[in-house]
Formats: sequence, structure tokens, C-alpha cells
Amino acid sequence: MANRRIDKPTGTETVGHEWDGIEELNTPLPRWWLWTFYLCIIFSAGYVVAYPAWPLVEKGTEGVLGWTSRGQLADELGAADLAKVSVREALARTPIERLPEDSALMAQAVAGGRAAFKVNCSQCHGSGAAGSQLLGYPNLNDDDWLWGGDPRAIEYTLVHGIRQAGDDETRFSAMPPFAGAFEPAQLDALITHVLSLSGKAQPNPAGAQTFADNCAACHGPQGEGSRDVGAPRLNDAIWLRGSSRDDLRAQILNPKMGVMPKWEGRLDPVTIRMLTAYVHSLGGGEDFVEVAADPAVDVDAQP
Amino acid sequence: MHNLSTAPEPGEAERDPQPEKLYEARAAVHNKRIDGPFRRFKWFVMLVTLGIYYVTPWLRWDRGPYAPDQAVLVDMANRRFYMFGIEIWPHEFYFVAGLLIMAGIGLFLITSAVGRAWCGYACPQTVWTDLFQHVDRFVDGDRNARVRLDAAPWTWGKVTRRAFKWSLYAVIGFATGGAWILYFADAPTLLRDFFTGQAASIAYITVAVLTLTTVTLGGFMREQVCIYMCPWPRIQTAMLDEKSLMVTYKDWRGEPRGSVKKAQKNPGEFGDCIDCMQCVAVCPTGIDIREGAQIGCITCALCIDACDKVMAEVGRPRGLIDYATLEDCEREARGETPRPPWRTLLRPRIIAYTLIWASIGLGLLFALGVRSHTDLTVSPDRNPPFMLMSDGSVRNSFTLKLRNMESRPRDMEIAVEGLLGAVMWSDTTRREDAAATQIVNVAADQTQTVRAYVMAPGGTPAQDFAFRITSQDEQRETDTVETRFSAPGDQP
Repeated sequence: MANRRIDKPTGTETVGHEWDGIEELNTPLPRWWLWTFYLCIIFSAGYVVAYPAWPLVEKGTEGVLGWTSRGQLADELGAADLAKVSVREALARTPIERLPEDSALMAQAVAGGRAAFKVNCSQCHGSGAAGSQLLGYPNLNDDDWLWGGDPRAIEYTLVHGIRQAGDDETRFSAMPPFAGAFEPAQLDALITHVLSLSGKAQPNPAGAQTFADNCAACHGPQGEGSRDVGAPRLNDAIWLRGSSRDDLRAQILNPKMGVMPKWEGRLDPVTIRMLTAYVHSLGGGEDFVEVAADPAVDVDAQP
Repeated sequence: MHNLSTAPEPGEAERDPQPEKLYEARAAVHNKRIDGPFRRFKWFVMLVTLGIYYVTPWLRWDRGPYAPDQAVLVDMANRRFYMFGIEIWPHEFYFVAGLLIMAGIGLFLITSAVGRAWCGYACPQTVWTDLFQHVDRFVDGDRNARVRLDAAPWTWGKVTRRAFKWSLYAVIGFATGGAWILYFADAPTLLRDFFTGQAASIAYITVAVLTLTTVTLGGFMREQVCIYMCPWPRIQTAMLDEKSLMVTYKDWRGEPRGSVKKAQKNPGEFGDCIDCMQCVAVCPTGIDIREGAQIGCITCALCIDACDKVMAEVGRPRGLIDYATLEDCEREARGETPRPPWRTLLRPRIIAYTLIWASIGLGLLFALGVRSHTDLTVSPDRNPPFMLMSDGSVRNSFTLKLRNMESRPRDMEIAVEGLLGAVMWSDTTRREDAAATQIVNVAADQTQTVRAYVMAPGGTPAQDFAFRITSQDEQRETDTVETRFSAPGDQP
């Protein structure tokens, strides 16, 4: 090497090179730093062997430990599932009728259902389960239920869906289109009568007659609806598809009827039970025992 | 300090044979044993502070069946802080902040009144360093023996001695860290769990870390912590003035220094200081107080003890090194009588600090006395904001949090106020039982979350209203929270 010398003012060795009279002091790295660096090199050699490291053409080296980030995720998901296993077992054991009696289990079911709802149901019913009048998705927070709002009826709807082809037990009803059936004046009178059922218009005898002839079979003489046939109540304040005269006219002449997927086979029974608990807990859920005791509503056949 | 910006010229380098060192290695401090009033006071303070530290976790305090019975407990898991009769919840952390402010102003007050008394006697770094220096003395002997041993080559005897001493360090460190964790869980239970291997891993980690820091800071770094690491001496330096009490060498009396023999030969030419270096020998931070006030002086006053002893032996008046203010020193040097020490305490600055400190304390105590043990928070559902029911009425949903800070379960009445005809029910009551008020039982020392459904008759406009909770006991504590009732057509 070139002529190294000790720099007097600092007592430090120079690197031995000189550029136009400028010299550089040789200030080596601290020993601890150097040793840490060497240890890192040794560590990295082991790491490269043990873990996936080198990118190759098809895929990278796999490492002798067989670790993958996907595998770690699967392990962690598995561990999370394992932690939930006792709750899930308890839910699978408990019939939906008995669930409200166990408030701790119910709370866990509601929490699980809230998460499952966001994933599977919020696309139509909205994240707050408020539905959409514009698109005809029912609000699940209110106390108006087309097919019944006790836990068992809700679970049944979830399992079999609404108007699902290929499921004999699906919720099914159909309103015939009345396009061309009524004179314009007759239709106006009918609309007035339907609105009068909930006090939104004055009574109309002509419309009442038309209603009794054409509608009362399903919707009931007072428009009270029927859950057996899935006919909506017409004498309340809740209108799935709007309460303006135009909305009613459109629905009479060419009715829209919603569908909901059957979740049996898509979701496991426990998740369906948790969803049931969540929907029931939204504030509009009906009391199972009371509905069961009411002879007017036959919950056993098709709740 | 070597000034790096004025590097010597190339030609100058040859003329500078002794390069100034940029870094100074630490000279180990082997302080000599000394006895005297200040040393005894230091023993007393050490006893009291260590006593407080080790005894406090074992004190019990009955709080009834629903709360722990440890007098001082920082319950992280349940987020409660217990201190004798006081229980602090996380939302009341300002009480702890207030205590810390009081501690800070307390330090200002102490510094103004008696100088660096905290540094000299009560600071944990001082107490533990003192403890470790006593261990040194116990194992290796007094100053001279330790200096010799330090310089001696590493023989087996020295290795054995060092191993024994350092294991004593480790025991002290372990006892320090071990006592610390007892403040965070039930002490007897934790102690048993700790030694049976059943305690939480964080307990072992904390003890390991604190053992390490205690041994490092108290056993090896010692006065370097005070001189280089601690910010407090720097702050104090700015707070000291000519009226501050500090350990002072009275140079007007001591200089010029000379041995007793010299003074006898040349009477009147030498001061009282006989240059025996005892003040340096006993100093735990290894400074020479005769160089004047300096950041290394923690005012432990051991040099006063040492000097007084020497002055007594040579028959000169005590107090060559003494607690004194600069002002008094000047007064004394001029031959006037120094003022009595209490005069230095009655200064506007000290009175102001005392008033601030006391008023914060009284304010905290007052706030603690009148705080409500019942609290309500309300968060309205925003999705959906309101719900039309089949009979036309409007329902809003709210999440209420009822806080019961008493250590007994309490019934609380929730009432809806200012919303005509409104009824409410909750997730635990039936809609059929909806009423203007509901009673909820809140467990002892807990917060209960309640989903409340408030229903008002159809046509009720959007408006503000309030929830009021009332505890159903003699106290009848209440809390009212204003919130909004949303309805169709609401324009918030």
C-alpha cells in the first residue's frame, strides 16, 4: 500500500493516499458494528437455506423449513376457527327456538351474524340492513315481515330462500299482473281504496268492490296481508315498493317480486343460525313463543 | 472541549506534539467510607425509600367483594388504577397526569428551596448507586483496597471476588425488577405464580429487563447516568441562582491550601484547607467540590461530613465545605454574618411554587371528591338513522354505555326526556314492555352496553332530546346526554 502515516493532530492513521495534498484519515468501523455485520451475513446464509429466498424462473427456492406466507395464514385462520369451535358446537346443538334463552350464546351468535351479514347480505339489504325502496330490498330493522319475523321463520327464509327454483320448500308467492284488467277509472278507484286502508286517502266504495273481487283473496279483506302466501300487508305504513299512486299503479299492472338466494349449501348451518340471530336482534324481531301460541299463524307447517 | 471547527493548519500539526484527546475514558470512582450526620441522613432516606418501594405492594385495602384488596395496584388487564381509597378509570387519567405535574412542580419547589436535594438523597439512581457502592465496599474493602484490586491483574482470586460481587449485583437487580411487577397484579398470587413458572410471560420479561437495567445503571454506569444521561441536572442548572442552597467550598476561607506543617511554619499564609483530598475520596461521583459548583455534584453532602471530621481533627471550625447559598458566601467573605437558613426559604419563587403545587393538589382532591360515579354515553345509529314502523311510528336505535364506578352492582333507570309520547325498550327487554323509562342492572365497577330502541308516534319531527340515567340508590346520581331523534324529512 501507499505511504501510511500517523496524523499527528488526531493521532489517527491515514489511508495512505494523497490527492492534491488532501489526505484521508482511516477511521475504521466500530468493532461491535463489524461483528454485528458478520453475524448478519452468517444469519442470512442460514436464512436463505431455511426460508424461501431466491427467485427462479418458475418459482423461487422453497427453503427446507417449508414455510410459506399462505401456509402461515392458513394456520392462523385454523387457529382462529379452533378458538370458535366451542361456540359453533353450542350453536349447532341449540335449536333456534332455545337460542334467546341463552343470552351469552345469543350475544356471540349476534356478533358472528353481524360479520357474516356484512359479507353475504349487505350487497342487497345494505350494511345497516335498511334495505332499499328503490331496488325493492326489504328493510330488516322494522316490524313488517313478509314471511314472518320470529327466529324460526327467519332461519327458514335463510335456508330456503325466496322464489328459488329447484327448492320445493322455498318461500314462494306470485301476484298476477293486472295489466289490461281494469278500466283507468276503476284502477284509480282501486288505488284510492288501497291507500285508504292505511288512512292515506278517503274511502272509495267502487275501489273497495274491485279490491274485494280481485285482491282480498290474498291480501285479506282489510288488506292485512298473509304470511302463508307471502302477501304483503297493505294497511300499514311500510311500502316496500313505494306508496305514491304511480308506485301502486306500476305494482298492480306489472308486479315486481323479489328473490333471495337459498343459503343452504352456500353457508353452513351454524352461520345461518348466527345470521338469524343477528337479523332478529335488529329490533324488529318477533317473539317466537308468542307467535307460536297464536293460532292464526301456523308456524309449524311453513313458518 | 476540543474545538473541532478550528482544525490546525497542516504546518501547525508538527508544532503540536501532544494531541488533545477527543474522548475521555471513565475513571472508576472508589469512594471512601465516611460517617457523619449527612451520611446517617442518607442511610435514613435509603431505608425509607427502599421501604416504601418494597412494602407498598403488600399493603392491603378492603374494597368489598367486587374489587381487589391491594392498596396500590395498576390493574392493566381491567384498566383500573387503585391507590388506597382512590380508584381511577382510564377516562380519568388526568388525575394521574395531575399527579405527575405535581411531582414535576414538587421537584422545582425542592430545587428552589434546598437545591439538588432530590439528586443527593431520594433519586432512585442515587439510592441504588449508593447500595451498589456499599456492596463494593462489603466485598472488596474500602477505597484503597478497591483501587489496588482494580489495578491488579486478573488472578483467580480477583475473578472469584468479581463473580461474587456481580452475583450480588444480579440479586439486587432481580429484587428491584421483581418488586416492580408486584405493583401490577395481586402481589401474593403473583409471587407464587412467578416462582412456580405460572406467571404471564410479560412478568418474566419485565423482571429480566429491569434486572439488566438496574445492574447496568446502578452497578456499572453509576455517576455517568447523572452526568451524561439525566436531563434533570441540566434543568436544575438553569434553576439554580445565587439564592440556592448548595454544597459549597468556601474558597475565601480555604485558599491558599497548605498542609498543617506548612501552615505552622508560615503562619497567616495559608487558608483552612489542608489539601487532604478527603472531600474527593468520599465523593460518590468522584468530583472535587473545591473546583466550585458543577453538574457532577449531586449535593449528597458526604464531603461536608468528611471535611468537618478533618477540621475537628486539626482544630479548625467546621463548615469549610457546607450547605450555603452564593449570596451568603459573599456576605461571609465580606465578614458579615450569614442570614439564618430559613430566610432563604421565604422567597417569592418558593412561595409561588408552593402555592401552585398546593392548589393543583387541592384541585385534584376536590375533583376526586365531587366526581360522579355514574356516567352515560350515547351513540345514535347512523345506518339507518331512523326506522318507519308498520303503524307509522318512527323508531331510532342508540347504543348506550352506562358506567357504574361504584364497587357494587346498581340498578339504573334510563329515561327519555323531551320527546313527546316516546317509549323505549332495549335488547334485553321485550317490545311489549316498552315504556318511557327502563331499569337496567349494571354490574359492580363495570360499563354496561345497552341497545336502546326509542319509538315516537308517527309525525314526530326530527328533534333533539336527552337520555337521563339515575342510579336507583340513596345517592341518586344522574347523568344526562343530549342526542338527536331522526325522522323522515330530517335535514341535519
